[in-house]
Amino acid sequence: MNAVHSLWLSSLPALAEFFLLAAGCTILVIDAFLDKGREAITCRLSQLALVVTLALVVALFPDARITAFDGSFVSDVMGGLLKIFILLIVIVGLFYLQAYLDERGQARGEYFVLVLFGSLGMLVMVSAGSFLTLYLGLELLSLSLYALVALNRESPLACEAAMKYFVLGALASGILLYGISMIYGSTGRIDFAGVSSAIGDASSLSLITLLGLVFVVVGIAFKFGAVPFHMWVPDVYEGAPAPITMLIATAPKIAAFGMLIRALGEGLEFLFIDWMQMLTFLAIASLAIGNVVAIAQTNMKRMLAYSAIAHVGFIFIGLLTGTPGGKAASMFYVISYALMALGAFGMVIWLGRKDGVGEADRIDDLKGIIERNPWFALMMLFLMLSMAGVPPFVGFWAKLAVLSEAVDVGMTWLAVTAVIFSVIGLFYYLRVVGLMFFHAPERSAPIVAPNTVRLVLSINALAIVAFGFYPDLLMDICVRAFPGLMAGQ
Amino acid sequence: MFISFVFYTLAAVLVASAIMVISARNPVHCALFLVMAFFSSAGIWLLLEAEFLAIVLVLVYVGAVMVLFLFVVMMLDINLAPLREGFARYLPIGALVAAVVVIEIVLVIGASDIDLPAVGDIVYRDADYSNTKELGTLLYTVHLYAFELAAAILLVAIVAAIALTMRRRSGTKSQDPSRQVAVKREDRIRIVSMPSSSDPEHESSERRR
Repeated sequence: MNAVHSLWLSSLPALAEFFLLAAGCTILVIDAFLDKGREAITCRLSQLALVVTLALVVALFPDARITAFDGSFVSDVMGGLLKIFILLIVIVGLFYLQAYLDERGQARGEYFVLVLFGSLGMLVMVSAGSFLTLYLGLELLSLSLYALVALNRESPLACEAAMKYFVLGALASGILLYGISMIYGSTGRIDFAGVSSAIGDASSLSLITLLGLVFVVVGIAFKFGAVPFHMWVPDVYEGAPAPITMLIATAPKIAAFGMLIRALGEGLEFLFIDWMQMLTFLAIASLAIGNVVAIAQTNMKRMLAYSAIAHVGFIFIGLLTGTPGGKAASMFYVISYALMALGAFGMVIWLGRKDGVGEADRIDDLKGIIERNPWFALMMLFLMLSMAGVPPFVGFWAKLAVLSEAVDVGMTWLAVTAVIFSVIGLFYYLRVVGLMFFHAPERSAPIVAPNTVRLVLSINALAIVAFGFYPDLLMDICVRAFPGLMAGQ
Repeated sequence: MFISFVFYTLAAVLVASAIMVISARNPVHCALFLVMAFFSSAGIWLLLEAEFLAIVLVLVYVGAVMVLFLFVVMMLDINLAPLREGFARYLPIGALVAAVVVIEIVLVIGASDIDLPAVGDIVYRDADYSNTKELGTLLYTVHLYAFELAAAILLVAIVAAIALTMRRRSGTKSQDPSRQVAVKREDRIRIVSMPSSSDPEHESSERRR
């Protein structure tokens, strides 16, 4: 009796995760009894479940680092903050998903339930305390995403994208697992604290540990979509339905950031010199390929995919400085990128044609938006300028924070390289702006979008402007996540 | 000495059958070689006194998963010939890349020794030691969280598999027994009054139809 009681108490920090799991199962059963055409109920229930989970995360927000389940679950300020942003983004994403599916008559309850389980996977990832839970969270997220991409079986493009995503994702998971097994073999521990102390105590570095590190970094880079492990990104972004692309492009990036901090920053912190070099290479390659290849794209979703690859380069630059300030800058970057990507994909959904399954995802579809709807042309202008890193939008402050941290640790050459590639990248963002404002529209039909999409999209774009004028609002939050920074100041 | 001999025999069989899994021409043979690979690795686990895991490997993978695999392979009737067409063409490049990787790994590993100090030697227990019980205790205490997560992953896999396959395809023919029973004579038979005629032109047009 006492043992049961203490188990219940010790699992309290993970209450939000357990609630989400229970809610997901319950909604799955409720959905089975709903008639066709009542999927909106499933969606609203899912959003309600996410809101309650969010409330639980906030209510149980830790002041200090707490571990549960013998160290396999970690609750700290960074994890709590990342969870809040992940849940907010998924809640907003569900509005788009429901509007999109409703319009096309493709609504199915499984979409929303799978999103719930994917969110659970992301929460598990950012609060993982051991390689085992990290991997399980990642698999939970990935499996849900593969299925979400493939769920529209009528579209051959979506099925092809799902197949590519599944095969390459499974390969990446296998590589990651292989690396974890090597680290486990050499240290005898699977939890991050144990691995870290085992590596710190060891008199000489075992080669197996290093080999394991290489595999873990490759696995993480695959999930981030960093060059040269980016092959799946453009195809999946293009093939998946727009709201699913949005869900792949936004919240999982935040979860991947959490995964990188946990695995490399906490578990393998003593191998910093080694993984820093790998991240440097990945960052430069991602910036170069992402920004240059994006110029050649004619499809909006593909262009945003390459832009995502370029943004991953920036996220890595903040992390490879190894300072708490660099991590905070990276966190600022990944959150603001997720907000910008949410808006940009929201734009693709908003533009979507009602006739058939087609999406208005060609860049040419943006021609002359100013004449068709000036308000949303202005919103898109904000989003594109923010992504390009033009002041005063939030994207500028994110780039500035990351680059100044890189300069602080003496990596000025890296900062200069990043700036050069961003200037190249400026071209394709401005091309979108040019098409919107200075070209005649190809179609004159007014754009009909559900009210929820219009409202959420406007709030999203205005939030980017607001954070652009008050970047400290977001930056203060990110600084809180890394306590070493406040002690250093 | 004898244990080393058994280990190397099992390891050789394991590697050989693993190679056959990817190189055998007949997919059914591939699946059967995979069964053999599972059996050999179960044998290796037995040598390490991990009896429970060895038996579970045979029961779950050989007994359930591979049998399902065989069912699927036989039902799908995949023609592998077109899949293998590019094999000879890409073999030189693949072999080159593999050789470079192997040489690199050998160079790195040769430069320093690989040891796993944290693992240590195998501890041999008495006959009455139950590693099933040990596993169970660990699974439901230390790894409870991971255990629950694994359950969630299996649930997602089930949901995804059902959602992806249960769909109404356009153009499929299926029977609805209640409608078959409720069918009326008027639904099926249409009585047409045909004028009896011996018009040859009319007859030929009928036949053409």
